[in-house]
This record gives sequence, C-alpha cells and structure tokens, in this order.
Amino acid sequence: MTNQTETQASAAIKVEDLVTHYGSTRILDHVNMQVNTGEIMVIMGGSGSGKSTLLRYMLGLHQATSGSIKLLGHDITKISSQEMDDLRKNMGVSFQGGALFNSMTVGQNVCLPLHEHTTLDENTIQIMGRMKLSVVNLGGFDDLMPAQLSGGMIKRAALARAIVMDPKLLFFDEPSAGLDPVAAAELDDLILRIRKALNTTIVVVTHDLDSTFRIADRITVLDKGKILMIGTVEEVRNSDNERIQSLLNREARHVEINADEYLKELTGQKE
Amino acid sequence: MNNNSDSPVKFEIDDEQGYLVVRFEGEIDLYGTPHAREVILNCIKSKRNTVIDLSAVSYIDSSGVASLVEGYQLAKNDKLEFGLVNISDAVLSVLQLAHLDKVFTIHASLDERIQAS
Repeated sequence: MTNQTETQASAAIKVEDLVTHYGSTRILDHVNMQVNTGEIMVIMGGSGSGKSTLLRYMLGLHQATSGSIKLLGHDITKISSQEMDDLRKNMGVSFQGGALFNSMTVGQNVCLPLHEHTTLDENTIQIMGRMKLSVVNLGGFDDLMPAQLSGGMIKRAALARAIVMDPKLLFFDEPSAGLDPVAAAELDDLILRIRKALNTTIVVVTHDLDSTFRIADRITVLDKGKILMIGTVEEVRNSDNERIQSLLNREARHVEINADEYLKELTGQKE
Repeated sequence: MNNNSDSPVKFEIDDEQGYLVVRFEGEIDLYGTPHAREVILNCIKSKRNTVIDLSAVSYIDSSGVASLVEGYQLAKNDKLEFGLVNISDAVLSVLQLAHLDKVFTIHASLDERIQAS
C-alpha cells in the first residue's frame, strides 16, 4: 500500500539508494524513501539509528557516498552550490537548539532570511516577521533578545524564522526535545496548522512517540542506518517487527556482540 | 489589464460604486509582491476607498499578505475603507494562520460589501 501511495503521489523529497559514511563507518545503508507534497513524514529511531544523519543529508550539509536525494525534483547530490543556494530559499529548518543569534533581537532573527534572500521593501519584511511571530504565538516579542525567552519560546521563534519565507519544505530536528508536554503539544499543533494552511511538506526527526503519533501522516523507522519500515501511524503501531515494538514500548536495546569485530574494535585493529 | 511583462502579477482597477476595485490575477509571491504593493499603496495614496478582489489570484504568500496589511493600516490612518472580496479557501487559510481573518473586513463580493457598509 505504501509503495503504491508513493508512486501515485507527487514526490517533494525522494531519497534513492542513499549510502553515507563517517570515515570508514557506514551510517546510512541503501536508504530509499519518498515524502509526498503536503505530507508530514516523521523519521524515528533510537540513538545512533541514523535519523539525524539522514536529515543532514537531506539538507545538503554533507556529500553522500552514493545514491541520490531529490528535493522538489532537484538532485542535491549533483547540483551546483549556486543551485543549492536557490533551492534553500524553498527550505526552512528548525534545529534542535533553535540556533538563534544571541546578538540579534527575536524580530531580527526571524527577518534574517528575508534580508539575505529578498529585495522586499523593509516595511514588507517587518510585517512578514511580525506575522510569523504571531503565527507561533510570539506576537509582540520581536524586540526581545533570545536570552530573554524560555526554551519553548526559542523553539517557536526558530520556527517563525524557518517559515518566514513560506518554504515548500520544512525540516525539524527533535522539535519537542527539552519541552514540557504542554509546550510540545502546542508545537505539534503549530506544525499541523502550518501544513494545513500552506500545504508545506514537512519532515520531522524525533524520538518523541507522543508527538509522532499526533502529527505523522507516515513514519519512517530507521535502525542501524537501514529502513525498518515506512508506514502510517496505524501500520507502524501494528507492526510485528520486534525492533519496532521495542522502540514503541521504550524497551532497552539488546546489544548484539560479534566477538571477532568486538575484539578488533577493542584492540584498535578494526579497519 | 496591466501588461507589465516584468511582473508576474497582472491587475486591473475599476471605479465601482464609490470604490476603487483592484482585481489582481496570478501569483502574488516574493517576485510579484513589490508590484502588487505599489498598486495597493497608490490606491490608498489617491485617498479612495479600496477593495481588493482576489478571485483570480491562484496563490498569495506572506509577502503579498504583508502588502495587504500595510495597505489596510495606511487606509485606516486616512480613515478610508479597505476590504477584501472573493478570496479563495487557500488564501483564507493563509490569513487564518496569522489570525488576519479577524483583522481584515472580508466579503464574498463587492455587492455584499456595499450592502454591509
């Protein structure tokens, strides 16, 4: 069912046979996935599963070993840096820590992409920035400095900056990390409202199950750099895959030891 | 209809029942907004009540909405009327996201607006 859904819908993001390494260690192992236009895809997995790595490659921050990543039809493993810069105008990113500039006001942070990438009149830019702060319920906070905001407010300010250019693609790295349950639920609601209003294609990397089940249209489950499953919330919930059930039930990971590999690793002989 | 080939936004302005009615056509986005903004602000500067008809606008982004906000504020400053008519569900969704559906006066048509005023 999933594959049929993917082929019939228009792909905003298509990852094909992606292989990546850090040094000699393979991180992503022949990953294939598609995110359809207007879809919210949650990428989940345990620590070290490769989910944040997959996000960074989708953002064009690293060069893949092999495979392709198409964003809005452009293969970012092949395009020039100028073409990537143009493509980034259609991409919004909300990083885990917010990544606001502490020396700038909240309003200046939010408007930064508009100053960098457009020639719009300053009045237009300022109104756009305030509108986006209003969207994330931070209306009137534009003159504050990031240090004056709570963790949840910083996340929302970062989201305002991520959507200030009305991106077609929106990426979140652990949006609910460090938030209390109410703030996390509010952020989930915002993500859903943005998708509904703007038909934005959204990719969320998280290990927060509550958030995943609230917002996901489909879920990609990664484990040890490989895709275990791509499916709807119900399909993932009902999966009989042992590893997926461990993730859902928050069970401790069973450590598999390959004696030879482990010995080489301890003695520094692993290639 | 305006045929400025440099702008992706086309428009025509009619004088109807005491209003300047601006009918935009096409997409009002980062590229079209500067032109659309100029058209809106010129209507307000001419001290006329203004209605923006968005029935032929297939897409409006935040920059276009910001120009509507700026036009509305200038009109209010000059005690002029400023309203939106014929907006699509997609445009309404964009306005609702920023809570602007509670700010603008929105009507289904110019006739409805005139009856309401």
